Amino acid sequence: MISLVNPFQLKSKGILGINQRNSDYIMRYNKRSLYPLVDNKLQTKQLAISAGIAVPKLFATIKYHHQRKDLEKLLSERGDLVIKPAHGSGGNGVLVILGKVGRLYKTPSGDLMSINAIKHYVSNILSGMYSLGGVPDHAFLEYRIQFDPVFEDISFKGVPDIRIIVFRGVPISAMLRLPTRQSNGKANLHQGAIGAGIDLSTGCTTHAVVGNLVTTLHPDTGNSISDIQIPRWKEILQIAVKCSDTVGLGYLGVDIVLDRTLGPLMLELNARPGLNVQLANQRGLLSNLQTIERLENIPSSIDQRVAFAQTL
Amino acid sequence: MQKLAVHFWSIFFVAIGLAIFSHKVFQLGMPVVPDATTETWTIQAKLSFNGNGRNIKASMAVPNITPGYIKIDEHYISGDFGLNAKVRGDNKTAVWAKRKALGEQILYYRTTITRFNVATKWASVPDYPQAPEFVEPYATAVNKIIEDVRSQSADTASFTYELINQLRSSDKNENISLVKSLARTDEQMANLITKLLAVAHIPTRNVWAIELTDAANDVIPEVFIQSYNGDEWLTFNPKTGVSGIPKGYIVWKVGNGSLYTLKGGDAAEIKFSVTKSFIELLEVSKLAAKKDKAILGKLTLFSLPVHKQNTFSLILMVPLGALLVVFMRTFVGVQTFGTFMPILIAIAFRETQLLWGVILFTVIVFIGLLIRLYLERLRLLLIPRLAAILVIVVILMLVISYFTSRLGLDRLLSISLFPMVILAMTIERMSITWEENGAQTALIQGFGSLVVACLGYLIMTNEYLTYLMFAFPEFLFVVLGICIWMGRYTGYRISELFRFREIQSSN
Repeated sequence: MISLVNPFQLKSKGILGINQRNSDYIMRYNKRSLYPLVDNKLQTKQLAISAGIAVPKLFATIKYHHQRKDLEKLLSERGDLVIKPAHGSGGNGVLVILGKVGRLYKTPSGDLMSINAIKHYVSNILSGMYSLGGVPDHAFLEYRIQFDPVFEDISFKGVPDIRIIVFRGVPISAMLRLPTRQSNGKANLHQGAIGAGIDLSTGCTTHAVVGNLVTTLHPDTGNSISDIQIPRWKEILQIAVKCSDTVGLGYLGVDIVLDRTLGPLMLELNARPGLNVQLANQRGLLSNLQTIERLENIPSSIDQRVAFAQTL
Repeated sequence: MQKLAVHFWSIFFVAIGLAIFSHKVFQLGMPVVPDATTETWTIQAKLSFNGNGRNIKASMAVPNITPGYIKIDEHYISGDFGLNAKVRGDNKTAVWAKRKALGEQILYYRTTITRFNVATKWASVPDYPQAPEFVEPYATAVNKIIEDVRSQSADTASFTYELINQLRSSDKNENISLVKSLARTDEQMANLITKLLAVAHIPTRNVWAIELTDAANDVIPEVFIQSYNGDEWLTFNPKTGVSGIPKGYIVWKVGNGSLYTLKGGDAAEIKFSVTKSFIELLEVSKLAAKKDKAILGKLTLFSLPVHKQNTFSLILMVPLGALLVVFMRTFVGVQTFGTFMPILIAIAFRETQLLWGVILFTVIVFIGLLIRLYLERLRLLLIPRLAAILVIVVILMLVISYFTSRLGLDRLLSISLFPMVILAMTIERMSITWEENGAQTALIQGFGSLVVACLGYLIMTNEYLTYLMFAFPEFLFVVLGICIWMGRYTGYRISELFRFREIQSSN
């Protein structure tokens, strides 16, 4: 027998459902004309740079198939980078290259790829394999995050990131997303990554879920996921708020990674952030959403808003 | 504000749809079930006479305005007579003529009618009649009766009723007994009532009506009286005074003349017979729709050519499929490949039937996935790869068709109409989902698509629903209204009740 929750119980927990998220928040607060800013990661990156938000450095952009011939040169110059589709979502289409081994390139899973395999991969990106509706896309190469040592024990390949939901410029919920073996190194909860709720006021992890099930330990490393203090938490919240101001979307998911040398970097923005953050925090979004909807004046300064978020 | 508009439009569209629907059901009598039948009566009038070898001309009244009934069919069996049927006023007359006729001649008129409620409008407007002259002692008696009746009535209707009542009463009233003695038969009585009403300057006429029974020969038409109140004709039964044409009677002729006339012959006789049978209600409403002058009656898909009707009956089911998809996705939360792909699969299932459709779909997608897996290694560009998959799908379908026809399973030949492009897209999407999100997601979405497609098939091939949508395309408005309403559903999906089940465990 499949166990279901009583919908009234969900309501009383303040759980936001997809239908309500779409019609009451995304459609109401997110102007459609602003979507391209977040759907195209290259645009997001440029926007962030002009707003003074730290992002992983962009190495090169590949817009046309013939530009693939530069790949070999770019790869041998850097050796260590990430190839992404400009319109990918949920970590799809991201290829991480750790370095060159002989004539082949090493990926985090330990597989080796030839330059032709990488070229084929890029051409798939350009053909729109990872973009919505198969629309032709661009690929770009960027700096590979060297994640902060605090996450060393609780991630399996891939880079953990922090998802912060920002509503009308105020962070309302956050979670740490940890890649697992199942998620194939991706920090995507739908693919089996762990989501650990973060207490907004302290920046400490609380509960965690893998899939839709509550967990306390990382399934691959066996280490405890709760009570981990995220370093530079206030700074991270400030970046999230700044992103929301820059892009102008009222209901926004901000993904931030913590680099061991560069500190917090904004990775990407999401105009339709998922709802798993509620499971990770074991707390619904509705109460915070409604608190902020009721506010007549939202403080203009970033620090005030961060401080307000930490009281939620 | 938006919510209000949403509610307004959804209610608006649902109301429009239901209003047109109920108009068609209650006013035009369209059946809500496809094979509903209704009673029909075939009435035959047989006019026989002897020709005496000269120019002959026979005319017979035939039904024209028939309150409560509609003519489905009518035939004249004229032999070698020339026929001319024309409508004059409220009546229709068939006139048969022949240069020379000798011996017994028989002419038939046959009509099939069925119950149908439509407002009747008598066309003719009468002049006010001259008061007829009665000789004494009748004149005094008549005047007395008219005076009596007038004092006890308020308008034409009550006057007529009261008059008939007095004439029928068994009271020992001298005046009435005297006047009554003028009429012996029912027809004479009817004529007498007509005359008396004329004294009061009320225009009247006779109505000949035939009782509809299960089966009867030699039915004798009954005479009713209509009096004109300056606005409309009111019908009364001269025997009882009851107003209105009684249920189960069809009006054959109105006016004072006889049912037939004959010139150039003799021994004329008219005989009516009635038989009852059944007809599909739908036939009746199609007919009624044709006769209805209202635009709604004209807007029926039944008037389209048959092959177009079949296309439309399929097209009209697609919105129902879409409604199902909306429901399954926003209320249940089933994941599918593409939004309306399951509906296209469901349409394809119509050709193959459900079981074979599911088997074929699964087999083709499965083999396609295996081949797609290999194509992945060849590193083809996206579009050529899709085209290659499409070609492979076509080959698979050919092979399957060939072998199944060899095995005598002819039904599978019809997979030629299976949507190849849809299958190719499904394979491509499924394999990408498989790689990107893992086998579980791919299988869940594949299974979800198949479930929605099966449900879609069951809904879209449901005979009753197909009939309803075709007979009442206004249900499209209802579907539209429901779609708009569902578009503002902000509650949880059933899948979310499962997804967030772990919320329970904590506090």
